[in-house]
Amino acid sequence: MLYRENGQFKTSYAADQQIFPITQDRWAIIGILVFAFVAVPLLVDEYMFRAILIPFVILSLAALGVNILVGFCGQITLGAGAFMAVGAYAAYNFHIRVEGMPLLVSLLLGGLTAAAVGIVFGIPSLRVRGLYLAVATLAAQFFTDWVFLRVPWFTDNASSGSVSVSNLQVMGWQINNPLNKYLFCLAILTVFALMAKNMTRSAIGRQWMAIRDMDVAAEVIGIRPLFAKLSAFAVSSFFVGTAGALWGFVHLASWEPAAFSVDRSFQLLFMVIIGGLGSIMGSFFGAAFIVVLPIALNQLLPAIGDLVGVEISTAGISHAELIIFGGLIVFFLIKEPHGIARLWSTGKEKLRLWPFPH
Amino acid sequence: MNLSKLVLTASLGAIALSSLATAPAAAQQAKEQYFPVLVYRTGAYAPNGAPWANGYVDYLKLVNAQGGINGVKLIFEECETGYATDRGVECYERLKGKHGGATNFQPLSTGVTFALTEKAPKDKIPLITAGYGRSESTNGAVFPWNFPLLGTYWVGADVAIQYIAKQEGGADKLKGKKIALVYHDSPYGKEPIPVLEELGKKHGFQVQLLPVAHPGVEQKATWLQIRQSKPDYVLLWGWGVMNSTALREAQATGYPRNKMLGIWWAGAEPDVKDVGEGAKGYSALTLQHGAEHNSRIAKDVLAALHAKGEGTGPKEEVGDVLYMRGLISAMLAVEGVRKAQERYGKGKVMTGEQVRWGLEHLDLDQKTLDAMGFAGVMRPVKTSCLDHMGSSWVRIQTWNGKKWEFVSPDWYQADDTTLRPMVMLASGKYAEEKNLTPRTPEECNK
Repeated sequence: MLYRENGQFKTSYAADQQIFPITQDRWAIIGILVFAFVAVPLLVDEYMFRAILIPFVILSLAALGVNILVGFCGQITLGAGAFMAVGAYAAYNFHIRVEGMPLLVSLLLGGLTAAAVGIVFGIPSLRVRGLYLAVATLAAQFFTDWVFLRVPWFTDNASSGSVSVSNLQVMGWQINNPLNKYLFCLAILTVFALMAKNMTRSAIGRQWMAIRDMDVAAEVIGIRPLFAKLSAFAVSSFFVGTAGALWGFVHLASWEPAAFSVDRSFQLLFMVIIGGLGSIMGSFFGAAFIVVLPIALNQLLPAIGDLVGVEISTAGISHAELIIFGGLIVFFLIKEPHGIARLWSTGKEKLRLWPFPH
Repeated sequence: MNLSKLVLTASLGAIALSSLATAPAAAQQAKEQYFPVLVYRTGAYAPNGAPWANGYVDYLKLVNAQGGINGVKLIFEECETGYATDRGVECYERLKGKHGGATNFQPLSTGVTFALTEKAPKDKIPLITAGYGRSESTNGAVFPWNFPLLGTYWVGADVAIQYIAKQEGGADKLKGKKIALVYHDSPYGKEPIPVLEELGKKHGFQVQLLPVAHPGVEQKATWLQIRQSKPDYVLLWGWGVMNSTALREAQATGYPRNKMLGIWWAGAEPDVKDVGEGAKGYSALTLQHGAEHNSRIAKDVLAALHAKGEGTGPKEEVGDVLYMRGLISAMLAVEGVRKAQERYGKGKVMTGEQVRWGLEHLDLDQKTLDAMGFAGVMRPVKTSCLDHMGSSWVRIQTWNGKKWEFVSPDWYQADDTTLRPMVMLASGKYAEEKNLTPRTPEECNK
């Protein structure tokens, strides 16, 4: 009743091709953005910002990047953590080695460097596919781990191998408190998400999807696999690299290569699988699931224990958290192999018929 | 489909609920000093993290059993970090504001310490890193909130070389020797490298660096290199399972264990127990204390807590090396609060800022320590604005196949003439990077 497009007539091509053709969707998106930019800062406390919202926003950006490669172009990657590391360390080096380098430019240069490295490690995708490609991208992971641990130049000869940045600002706007950090990351995420959405609707996105669905057929109708695959690697790594730079600069402020270990790569891959392959919305769902759920479980279990009068030990909580979290992943994969995003679209379908389903 | 919806709603509900649960605790509770406890009782490093946490919590319980700090009861809460930096930071954010503010944080992880060093000054919470953390943070003028009490890795590296020189019969005998450093490939393991290289230049010995990737179970290649290059001594800078693996590999390659010397984090029961006889002769530095089963404080804990079933962890581990280290870490924090109360009002709850003053003016002489039950365990600790370490005494213990023991009664003290310039240089560089103005002596006394 509320959610249907009956009566919304398009009179121009522009109106027909806009991102959200349904008026209700447009309003919903505007509402979400207003909520995220205005309401959230008024409602939540510092802990929510630092421990949940900022990691969620940054990892959503990384998940978007991984989704472009895995979900839209069908190239499985286990090297996302590596590209985050490249983005972070490249941005760090641009930031400290070039006098007066603006923060935004260093972050984007970090992303671009990650894109270049992504192209290099994407070359094997022209010959190998599927699991074999996953193994090839795993090489990127171990290579970057090695480089940032062993080559002191990249860490500015820091004796401990840990680097840090401070006094972040964009044109006089100090990014020093949790609110500003959140708004800064959210602004970048918004721009990048819009970019991703548009890219997947355009010629290049359709090329990626054609490659994903059947690369031989795509080649026959005139799509160059070289260009399509490598561009997917480049765009994906650019997103992931920028997210890595934000993770280092804004979230951690001081980091070591362990922050971008192979665990992070797996985490990002799980995000897009659970959230929904080939769905922009799914990247957000996946990031929320992976970032928020363990922390929520960790805090909820003792509270539940208190209710029934049982004191659970710290180790017990930690183990239970892993068990429940793992169980939920398996449950979601069995019940909804297409990810949480599919639940979302099913919900929308149902809403269209509501309250009179046939 | 319905079931999955149910689960989805449940998990969303859980998220919403937890955000309610984490809302900052309202008014400050009366007369309770809040100690957040970052621990790792799970994961790859749990065998070492758990005894430390038990000792830490037991001491807080003991203080409560004895009536608190001048009547102020201690409350504490654990948070599991799993030795991961991001979870450690999350725990810090979660706990720092509870119950009117945290007294101090002790992350027991160099990675988390580096991350919190950036955050603690803004939140005004002292960061105690007894025996780990950033070595240059001994300079309290640049690092007002960091307290690497009792020793840093630079102290460890310096004493290790002193010990080796003594074995060889003088520092001049070190010339031309080769010393290998087998280290955990993380900020923790890399900390001693600058000092070793500096001393190598000074005494003319060669330093061979052999990194081991986390968590350290794969060391075959490292020990193959050691077999080829035959260093005169091997320094072991490991943590957790890496230490016992290194000792097993040394046994397999036939490298003499009595030529191996570990840092204090590689000198506890979990590191050698499973290797047993194979580790016989292996020595490790100690952070003043070793295994202290016969000390009065250990007996006090057993009598006051474990006898009543209120102790933390297994009774047999009370007095083990890492248990004692956790206990002493808690003691230092408690004494910081006690000192602060002397200035800001006895029997009051101290804020982080006041505790920081207390930690900076710690003065535990031998009489006080003995009275507290630390006779034979510790030497005096005296901190100041410029020296946040308070003491740099180290002993060497040796594993005899069954337990740790002090073969020689010698105490070693780090050579300040080498370390101080390095501390000043490194902390100066840090201050410059961060645009910090180091505190002047006048500011210190405020």
